[in-house]
Amino acid sequence: MEFSNKYIVGFALVVCLVCSLVVSLFAVGLGERQDANKRLDLQTNILAVAGLIEEGQHPSPAEVAKMFESISADLYDRRTGERVGPAPAGYDVAALMADAKTPGKGTPTSAVDGLEDPSRVGFLPDRLLVFHVTVPGKEGWVLPIWGNGLWSTLKGFLALEENLQRIRGITFYEHGETPGLGGEVDNPRWKAQWRGKRIFDDAGALRIEVTKAGKAADPDFQVDGISGATITSRSVNNFVRLWLGEAGYGAFLRANTGRA
Amino acid sequence: MDKKTRKVLVDPLHINNPVTLQVLGICSALAVTTKLETAVVMSAALTFVLVGSNTVISALRNLIPGSVRIIVQLAVIASLVIVADQVLKAFVYDVSKQLSVFVGLIITNCIVMGRAEAFAMANPVGKSALDGLGNALGYSLLLLVVGFCRELFGSGKILGHTVFETVNNGGWYQPNGLLVLSPGAFFLIGLIIWIQRTISPSMQEKE
Repeated sequence: MEFSNKYIVGFALVVCLVCSLVVSLFAVGLGERQDANKRLDLQTNILAVAGLIEEGQHPSPAEVAKMFESISADLYDRRTGERVGPAPAGYDVAALMADAKTPGKGTPTSAVDGLEDPSRVGFLPDRLLVFHVTVPGKEGWVLPIWGNGLWSTLKGFLALEENLQRIRGITFYEHGETPGLGGEVDNPRWKAQWRGKRIFDDAGALRIEVTKAGKAADPDFQVDGISGATITSRSVNNFVRLWLGEAGYGAFLRANTGRA
Repeated sequence: MDKKTRKVLVDPLHINNPVTLQVLGICSALAVTTKLETAVVMSAALTFVLVGSNTVISALRNLIPGSVRIIVQLAVIASLVIVADQVLKAFVYDVSKQLSVFVGLIITNCIVMGRAEAFAMANPVGKSALDGLGNALGYSLLLLVVGFCRELFGSGKILGHTVFETVNNGGWYQPNGLLVLSPGAFFLIGLIIWIQRTISPSMQEKE
């Protein structure tokens, strides 16, 4: 069949219009639900790493909101460790990561003197977002961390005990590492190893580390790497140490230790 | 259902399977089959897209100018894929997180484009929808078989429930690490092709 050019252009326009209408209807109609899912997923991760719920448990949005009433989100100055104030409503890790890349609100790791960044964290926010859990008996802190693994950026949380000397847990809510290998950073048994590890020795030196698989000798400071996932393990080691070091939460940890 | 219609629906399951005979859609078949759950959701998404695109394109087949037909097909397919992706994100967020980019990549899945161009452009709506369903089921069948084997032997689980207690968790089963990697799926699909061709010699090429 022969079609005129006019018809072809008209047809293309109509197809485009109809398609974009359908797509935008769905995107707008479901947007709220999707955002809620994302928020809930993040909050569930915070609750799990802080030990308020069991790993893999999915509390309802109402329950999550209730538990979050006893978690405060605050901003701390990265260089001095001083509290700046409560985080603005809706300020989340995505906003934090965006701020880190914004000149004036963040600093490239390459601009920090003497800092090596082998796992390419890339940018550090000048104001750190810190969650403080005040549930009686479960007091503690949750710190956002991120860094690059083998394939992807691992985004997660590190939970610390109230005294900021020991780790309570670690979790990654987003990563694209190989399932079964690097993806084992999600394995509850691997994550459980972190519980109770000390961050600094008595002299205040940063000692927490992820060793090669099966090579963890010091139960105080060392976490076994994941077998078959050398690069992911090494990368977690690198960025956890970077975040807990002077360039990351170092000043915050010093300023708030023993404040309980 | 007459014989011809049945052929349209059933052939793609075995004798004319889009994955194992035509070797299309391999990329996603490797990527999303480490676990059965992701394979199921991916199959559902592809079924929706394939049936939808075949139906819409078949309905428009006499209106689509030949010179722009590929781009029109792509626009329809892409829209359906985005809709599927949005729905997954809204209702099964966990799984959609694991499928990540692969739902979006249905747009480039050769099965979808192939059926639109080869079948839907030349056949009535009902038959095209059936053809889409048949091919989607053929793809799904393969994905489920591969996903089942990979999850069971690769991590000792079915749909996340432990079947074989793995050594990592203090059990007896030493998981086959190859199966959780993409090459493992290649071997499995190769084996399936071999089995199919042995059962049905008509699938073999003539010398």
